[in-house]
Amino acid sequence: MSHSLLTDVTQALTTGVLRLVDLTHTLDPDFPVIILPPEFGQCARFRMEEVSAYDNRGPAWKWHNLTLNEHTGTHFDAPAHWISGRDVPNGTVDAIPVDAFVGPVVVINCSAGAATNDDFELTPDIIFDHETAHGTIPEDSWVLMRTDWSKRRGADYLNMQADGPHSPGPTPDAVRLLVEERNIRGFGTETVGTDAGQGSHYTPPYPAHFILHGAGKFGLQCLCNLDQLPPTGAVLIAAPLKIKGGTGSPLRVMALVPG
Amino acid sequence: MILHLNGAKQSDAPIEMETCRAMRQRQKYDGVALVAPYTEPYARYSSHTAHWWIARALRGCLQTAGLNKNALDGFCASSFSLAPDTAVGLTQHLGLCLRWLDHIPMGGASAIVALRRAARAVQAGDAEIIACVAGDTNHTDSFRKLLSGFSRFASDAAYPYGFGGPNMSFALLTDHYMKTYGATRADFGKICVAQRDNALHAPGALMTKPLTLEQYLNARMISDPIALFDCVMPCAGAEAFLVMTTDRAVKMGLPFARISGLIERHNAHTDDPIQFRGGWTMDVDELYAMAEATPEQIDLLQSYDDYPVISMMQMEDLGFCAKGEGPAFVRRHDLTIDGSFPHNTSGGQISGGQAGAAGGYLGLVEAIRQVTHTAGSTQVKGAKRAMVSGFGMINYDRGLCTGAAILEAGDI
Amino acid sequence: MSSRAHMPKKDPQKRTNTPTQPPPQRSRAALGLTAAAAEGRFMLQVCPECRAVQYPPRDACVDCLDTALQWQDITPTGQLLADTTVRTSTNLYFRERGDWRVGTVELDAGPKIVCHLAQDCSAPERVTLLARLDRSGQGVLVAQPENSKTRLADDPQLKALTSDPRHARVLVTDLRNANTPALVEHLLAAGAETVFVGESEAWRKDPQRDALAAIPGVEIMPLDVTDTNSVRQLAAEIGGKIEILINNGRFLRPARLPSGGDTVFAAQEMDVNYLGLLRLAQGFGPALASRTADGQRQALAWVNILSIFALNPVPGFDTFAASQAAARSLSLSMRATYQSSGLRVMNVYVGATEDVWHQPVHPPKQSPRALARDLVAGLQDGLEDVVSGDTARDLMERFREHPGVFEREVTFGEWGV
Repeated sequence: MSHSLLTDVTQALTTGVLRLVDLTHTLDPDFPVIILPPEFGQCARFRMEEVSAYDNRGPAWKWHNLTLNEHTGTHFDAPAHWISGRDVPNGTVDAIPVDAFVGPVVVINCSAGAATNDDFELTPDIIFDHETAHGTIPEDSWVLMRTDWSKRRGADYLNMQADGPHSPGPTPDAVRLLVEERNIRGFGTETVGTDAGQGSHYTPPYPAHFILHGAGKFGLQCLCNLDQLPPTGAVLIAAPLKIKGGTGSPLRVMALVPG
Repeated sequence: MILHLNGAKQSDAPIEMETCRAMRQRQKYDGVALVAPYTEPYARYSSHTAHWWIARALRGCLQTAGLNKNALDGFCASSFSLAPDTAVGLTQHLGLCLRWLDHIPMGGASAIVALRRAARAVQAGDAEIIACVAGDTNHTDSFRKLLSGFSRFASDAAYPYGFGGPNMSFALLTDHYMKTYGATRADFGKICVAQRDNALHAPGALMTKPLTLEQYLNARMISDPIALFDCVMPCAGAEAFLVMTTDRAVKMGLPFARISGLIERHNAHTDDPIQFRGGWTMDVDELYAMAEATPEQIDLLQSYDDYPVISMMQMEDLGFCAKGEGPAFVRRHDLTIDGSFPHNTSGGQISGGQAGAAGGYLGLVEAIRQVTHTAGSTQVKGAKRAMVSGFGMINYDRGLCTGAAILEAGDI
Repeated sequence: MSSRAHMPKKDPQKRTNTPTQPPPQRSRAALGLTAAAAEGRFMLQVCPECRAVQYPPRDACVDCLDTALQWQDITPTGQLLADTTVRTSTNLYFRERGDWRVGTVELDAGPKIVCHLAQDCSAPERVTLLARLDRSGQGVLVAQPENSKTRLADDPQLKALTSDPRHARVLVTDLRNANTPALVEHLLAAGAETVFVGESEAWRKDPQRDALAAIPGVEIMPLDVTDTNSVRQLAAEIGGKIEILINNGRFLRPARLPSGGDTVFAAQEMDVNYLGLLRLAQGFGPALASRTADGQRQALAWVNILSIFALNPVPGFDTFAASQAAARSLSLSMRATYQSSGLRVMNVYVGATEDVWHQPVHPPKQSPRALARDLVAGLQDGLEDVVSGDTARDLMERFREHPGVFEREVTFGEWGV
């Protein structure tokens, strides 16, 4: 039975009945990372150092050394990333059971609001409106906030101003709703973090990080191509690297969608 | 004389030296004969080594004397291009078994210094027959390489400034001499033109065309005020002579010259801001006293002529005229072989070529020929007494080594 | 293109000359003159026993044979006694440059000195001597008429003794450094034709950017010294078009050794301050070193702005000082590497600077303007070692006097934060 289901899936992928959408940015030294006040430790940028390139350093092969942070580029946040989640069982990427890496995904479209308001907030009302249109968010599903922010380039992406970055994100109530009432698996965004650019001014500060990870939920950020996903019904594949004690990981995020 | 070396303060040393100078006179060089002057004909460039040139000169010299090399028990060499060898290497290379050996790296003063040391060795019985040889090769790049490794002070404080080599150094002192004493380029030109005239009589001289004063004055500048014909032409060549007792020379029937006076001095007049005189002035009175002669009794002068200004200084410093009167002296005299003051009768280095260390020997070898009346086509008639002078080693801004000898014909 | 005056363009069909050098050989003693010239100081050896001033450099006093000769600043005046124009030289460097003026000076202090002559200098006259570095990196002495106002940079022969930025194209590597606007201003005021300014992480706009971009003659280029590819790319683009490179990149986080439990900031300090320099050297070094004889567009100098803490750590800047020591070491290796090319490597040492990371440090602190002024003056004088500001000079003097004492003095003193 299950054997024939898997065969059906692979056939559907071959024939285009099912399609994979890449939700990942290219790891690129120029891709922005989160910026914290300079006296805090900073997120390492992505760097590639050529080790050899079919030359005297290695005649027949080319390869690179990489340096990067767990939270560089399109990446996964494990519960241990935040202080609220530091005691969550299996809260690091190496300990999370692999079945958490494939699951249903819901996309809440906030692109219209984010287009006109850099500080656009995802509120409980927007979630209720979404559910009215597309049904209640199923338990243990990924919820992604679509803002089309991934289409921004250069300095507009972080949108750093004198009073800090300005980018959309969820309010504390919205996160509580998703976590405490819908019991989602995780929350993802197109911006550099799961929280709004001004998220430090909420109570609690950085509510997405604080509440999600405190409840053992996951985060995904720096996603793209969310405009290619249906509001519901797609399957998200997001498997972080198995880093011992890792609080997150750059990863390839994909979604399985109807063709 | 007692030297108070123990307990004497360093600052007392100069006073003792003054005392020392006043008290001791050089002993005479009696009983010493200079024989068999030999010049290996020069070549502008040579693919041979210094060893080859020295061997040729030694062989020619021995043949002139009718001696086998096994007769030699003393040997003295000078060369700039012998590295990594010294005179030591030459003993094995040339098969010489010796009881006296010397190597003299004093450039233009080498011959006078070699002669002095050899003469003393012969006088003392340290050696019976000594060959004094100088020779250098000249490859197309030799001169530049020679300059590069010449001296520490030159590397530190002269070459970084235009790398003009001796041309530059002598240009500076020529400039100063001209400004101080009113010498003109024509005065230096007269010296060079006369030497060229002499060279035309010398079979081995590299310069074979006449030189006019006009050509001299119109020549291109090399390092102002030094122009092309003020400069020697570096070349390959070798010179040699033998030193032995007069008794032996007489016994062998060889024409010989005697040393009637000889002086040597290094690093004199250090307070002169720029060189306008050489160390000769410190010893020239003793030179004449030893020779029991006066400048008027000198029949010819073989000066060290790397540049004409140096020849002019030697005319002054060796007592032929007073300091600053060199230009007038040159104007007053005919410097050719048959002239009133025969000077550098074989053409000198300026017209004969400068064969490295052999350049220091050229004048001495020619002077032996002159007083032994074997100079042939360059012979000064009736020459009995010759002054030979050496000057060498621009270590930094001036030549440090000076020497001079008065030679007379020996009585056979 | 800006409206600023440009040098004539090079004929692209002409071969670029291979750099040649004046004779580099020196004795160990003579290197004292070079070390002094690297700072623009006219120093000669003086005998501690009899006070005789020596030249050429010696191992023993010419008057009393004392062997403890000491280098001291000497009044650089004297009388030019003789001069010449060397018109033929067997050394390629001088041969290529034609007639060369040389003279003999009797220094008022005693020694006689053969030296380069400025074009407007002829014997006999009173002269002032300058100690400068030639293109072999060795110290040389130059005579100018006393009270001459003529700049060496205006002298066609002696211009090579300077790294004068006039008409030069300069790369300042880090737009984000607080000293960049002052550097740009002083370079342009000194006649630099173009100042390229390297900008890292254009996605994180720097507040200084817009004002810099608006200055005629300034071109902002992407450059991140922590990214090998970024450095390589810009080097490929403009490595052949700059004559001076000024590395002002700096990462600094005050830190005491016992604090913290990680190497993150220390690694970033190393990445920017040391590896950043290494990447720049690998990227831009070969192009600059090969262009030191490139007609009128001769590559002139590589400038590293280093903290004086590179000599000895100051409490509170432990890891930063280590990265500066590494950078200084590398800079000295660069100097040795480029010595044979004639590319000058100039280290500008500064103490505490007026910026956020030195905010808790007590004054005096070196302002960006003062640093820029000293740096440009150093280029104009062709120096290799510039110590900028009172603090840096004080520390450098103490260090030179006795490194061991200096270390303890700093340890027990109040230099840090």
